[in-house]
Amino acid sequence: MREIAYEEIVKNVRDIIVYSASHLPEDALDAMKKAYENEKSPVSKEVLKQLLENAQIASSEARPLCQDTGLAVFFVKVGADVRVVGGLLKDAINEGTEKGYREGYLRASTCEPFSRLNLKDTVGYNLPAIIHFDIVEGDKIEIEYAAKGGGSENVSRARVFPPAAGKAGIIEYVKECISDAGPNPCPPLTVGVGIGGTFEKAVISSKHALFRDIGSVNEDPEMAELEGVILKELNKLGIGTMGMGGTETVLAVHIEANPCHIASLPVSVNVQCHSSRHTHITI
Amino acid sequence: MSKTYNLTTPLSDEDVAKLESGDIVYLNGIIYTARDAAHKRLVDLLDEGKELPFDLKGAIIYFVGPTPPKPGDPIGSAGPTTSYRMDSYSPRLIAEGLKGMIGKGKRSQEVKDACVKYKAVYFGATGGAGALLGKQIKSAEVIAYEELGPEAVRKLEVVDFPVTVVNDAYGRDLYQIGREQYEVK
Repeated sequence: MREIAYEEIVKNVRDIIVYSASHLPEDALDAMKKAYENEKSPVSKEVLKQLLENAQIASSEARPLCQDTGLAVFFVKVGADVRVVGGLLKDAINEGTEKGYREGYLRASTCEPFSRLNLKDTVGYNLPAIIHFDIVEGDKIEIEYAAKGGGSENVSRARVFPPAAGKAGIIEYVKECISDAGPNPCPPLTVGVGIGGTFEKAVISSKHALFRDIGSVNEDPEMAELEGVILKELNKLGIGTMGMGGTETVLAVHIEANPCHIASLPVSVNVQCHSSRHTHITI
Repeated sequence: MSKTYNLTTPLSDEDVAKLESGDIVYLNGIIYTARDAAHKRLVDLLDEGKELPFDLKGAIIYFVGPTPPKPGDPIGSAGPTTSYRMDSYSPRLIAEGLKGMIGKGKRSQEVKDACVKYKAVYFGATGGAGALLGKQIKSAEVIAYEELGPEAVRKLEVVDFPVTVVNDAYGRDLYQIGREQYEVK
């Protein structure tokens, strides 16, 4: 059984949080540059230029790309042959999150649902982190992290369709979601689509789909094809960068599909703004 | 055809009258920040007939909750938040003299109507360009509701702060105009 020190997890989590806030990952940067080249609208092109400039300022001056530094979301794969010594893995991730947000001068956006007051005095700065655990083979811990902003989260939706809705129903549902959202979620977007499973499985899959690198190809050829069809449909909407009108509204559609109940076709659409701050580390 | 203007706050009726959807404006002077929680408190004060923490006449409110400043900086990253959450409060503030709002995303018909009736504009700033926009803010001071943290009301001094007119005082909407141009039916 391999042992990993609690403090090592804390430090690693802290570091990826601070770094991600100001450094747009390569895949997102490449997709934005491609959108800039392809965009037909001069207004959207100008705004894309501003966003690329913003990414440059953010990384060179270590300033957050966006003031919404998000809620911290983690998908963690824990090898069956590894254990954390000195404390719980969950506590280490939360402690690393608090340290990252505090020491990186990032905004704590977590609040109580009704008083709207920040919980930092009771549970910690921008805590609790949202953590999804899985147990896998091996003696490593893989941590996927994303800072999830509120604007794009607010337009996300989920529904359980009857099976007859099929692919056509899903395409229409995603299109309606992005069309209604318009400029609000900060396009150009990445659209995560969770299909199948149960209600909550579809939602979590749509979130996890956003962690995939933009531009990567879905391993399932049927889903890869459906991603292409939906992407094409979404870019017909004409929303453009920040809703100014244009041809490049969505950078990528990512689908994660699961087997589901014979009676159901659950679908979830989770939207990611252009500031796709995601990364992963293996310890 | 989109025009470019340099404007200094507070805004006058004449300033607002010349602006059209799609125009680019570089703002200078003092603007105030407020998000949902602060808006609710401002409207509550108006309902109680009490004085607001700043003068609304000709004022611009920026919908933003900045990141904390690093030592030596006036403010952290400071891009706009999504504006519809302020829709239920904005018409009341516009009626009391507010001339401009800066945010991102669609506004309600009530807000657009208030912009026409009382001569006000809604500006869009580039969402997610927080590092770039934060650099145009030269000073920041919390003037009310410090307990709201990032949602506190701040007085900001801005220099050449870049915004685009989304909703003008004539009922036009850049989001509709822009989208119709590129939509494939």
